[in-house]
Amino acid sequence: MKITFIAADGTTTEVEAKEGDSVMHTAVQNDVDGIIGECGGSMMCATCHCYVDEAWAAAVGGQEDGESDLLDCAASEVKPTSRLSCQIRLRRELDGLVIHLPESQL
Amino acid sequence: MDRIIIIGTGQGGLQMAASLRQEGFSGEILMLGEEPGLPYQRPPLSKAYMANGDAGALVLKPASFYERAAITLRDGVRVTAIDRATREAICADDTRHVYDHLVIATGARNMRPPIPGLQAPGVHELRTLTDAAAIRAALAATRHAIVVGGGFIGLEFAAMARAAGIAVTVIEAAPRLMSRALSPPMSAHFLKLHRDMGTEVLLDAKAARVLVDGDGHVSGVELADGRQVAGDMALIATGVRPNIELAEAAGLVCQNGILVDGTLATSDPAISALGDVAAFPGPLGQSIRLESVQAAVDHARHIAKRLLKAEIAPYAAVPWFWSDQGKYKLQIAGLLTEADEIIPLAPPDGEPATLLFRHGRLAAVETINAPGIHMAARRLIGCDIQTLRAHDFDLKAAIKAHA
Ligand SMILES: Cc1cc2nc3c(=O)[nH]c(=O)nc-3n(C[C@H](O)[C@H](O)[C@H](O)COP(=O)(O)OP(=O)(O)OC[C@H]3O[C@@H](n4cnc5c(N)ncnc54)[C@H](O)[C@@H]3O)c2cc1C
Ligand code: FES
Repeated sequence: MKITFIAADGTTTEVEAKEGDSVMHTAVQNDVDGIIGECGGSMMCATCHCYVDEAWAAAVGGQEDGESDLLDCAASEVKPTSRLSCQIRLRRELDGLVIHLPESQL
Repeated sequence: MDRIIIIGTGQGGLQMAASLRQEGFSGEILMLGEEPGLPYQRPPLSKAYMANGDAGALVLKPASFYERAAITLRDGVRVTAIDRATREAICADDTRHVYDHLVIATGARNMRPPIPGLQAPGVHELRTLTDAAAIRAALAATRHAIVVGGGFIGLEFAAMARAAGIAVTVIEAAPRLMSRALSPPMSAHFLKLHRDMGTEVLLDAKAARVLVDGDGHVSGVELADGRQVAGDMALIATGVRPNIELAEAAGLVCQNGILVDGTLATSDPAISALGDVAAFPGPLGQSIRLESVQAAVDHARHIAKRLLKAEIAPYAAVPWFWSDQGKYKLQIAGLLTEADEIIPLAPPDGEPATLLFRHGRLAAVETINAPGIHMAARRLIGCDIQTLRAHDFDLKAAIKAHA
């Protein structure tokens, strides 16, 4: 399956992703700038903030328990489509997912 | 500055290389590390990796990153000496590498208690991926694991082993668990949590020797008071020692770590040190050494800013730490040292938390399964107690009111 990351400056990167992986992990393992994931997905750092593309927001689903608390501390603006990318697990239905990256994570 | 060498390819070493490029360094970056392979994260070794065995998931950055960022990674090579006069790092394979600036990120290694029997098959330690893989392989056949040391790593392992149906006994020499890092009420709470998971926890218990069976394989641990704990696997998790030998031999000032100033420079301005191996000035003026991802990563960023942007503001990042023990996510913001007032919070619908104050200012906050409070705490360290009391010690409310 594929995921497309669109950076704040418009740079687009399409990567091959694995079902079951998180979006954060997919970004880091594919060397996509703009996602740090300092805590390795333990929901502890908010350096994996991303915006889910409007068209995909419903399929991905909203923030999970505790996510909004962490996002309160994110470095970039929090929008309704904001998620912690370490908390988005890739399911088959998310093939083709488009993720926008914030300006900064720190 | 044309060439920067980083010794140690752990989380701090890698962040150093990445931050140098982020801050615009265009010279050569050479990483020299003893461990084989790409730099990886250690925290999951005692957590997710134990459960899923997925070593690939630990890798911090893919090989393409090093290529793209023009970072030369030489793995599997030990640096044996630093020649400060010629500015060279000398490796075990006799290669010499000249640096303009050197960053020592050699981390720490496990401390082995001076007790007989540690060489017996079935006795393990946990620092590297190799260690973790060996433990994973042994677990399938383990019925009763003995953990010597009730610190973070030992307890994370204990919770994981219990979840896998293995009987566990934890032997801790101190009167409470995680005593170096947690407040007494939090230690007491975790004692209860672990006992509820079915782990036998022995406090004030000193391991005296490893017992072996007829084949020489570990069969238990004997305590100083003569009691014997039977088990077919032992994990020695009694803390770490910083890898300072290289620095010491090169004449750098060391004191429970390589001593650095507020800019993280060692006693030689051409050499910096970071992460587990660095003893840096803490908020109370005394030098402290932290063993955390946060310190390693924030140190690296700080050094990069100094080297490339000439920023000399003293390092003052708020320390934070986490430990996943079973379904309990413990988080600590700040430093507990010399706290003189503890305010325990016991929310009716959640896990307890503790706020620790020093001279009327928030020094540290311990939480369980409450990342939001933890995040608020990180921003409130140093806040005075009256302000927080006015919000009934609700940190999230305090942040909102003062944002
Ligand atoms: C099992 C485990 C669980 C952990 N869990 C957590 C956690 O939940 N949260 C948290 O914040 N922290 C955790 N930590 C601590 C965290 O991993 C360390 O603080 C962090 O890795 C420190 O990074 P570092 O770069 O300073 O050192 P290290 O990661 O130790 O890297 C140092 C590297 O230098 C190499 N080296 C040493 N000497 C030489 C030499 N002479 N020549 C060449 N190379 C050399 C070593 O082989 C090593 O690869 C955990 C650690 C372990 C072991
Ligand atoms: S990776 Fe740290 S919160 Fe997502």
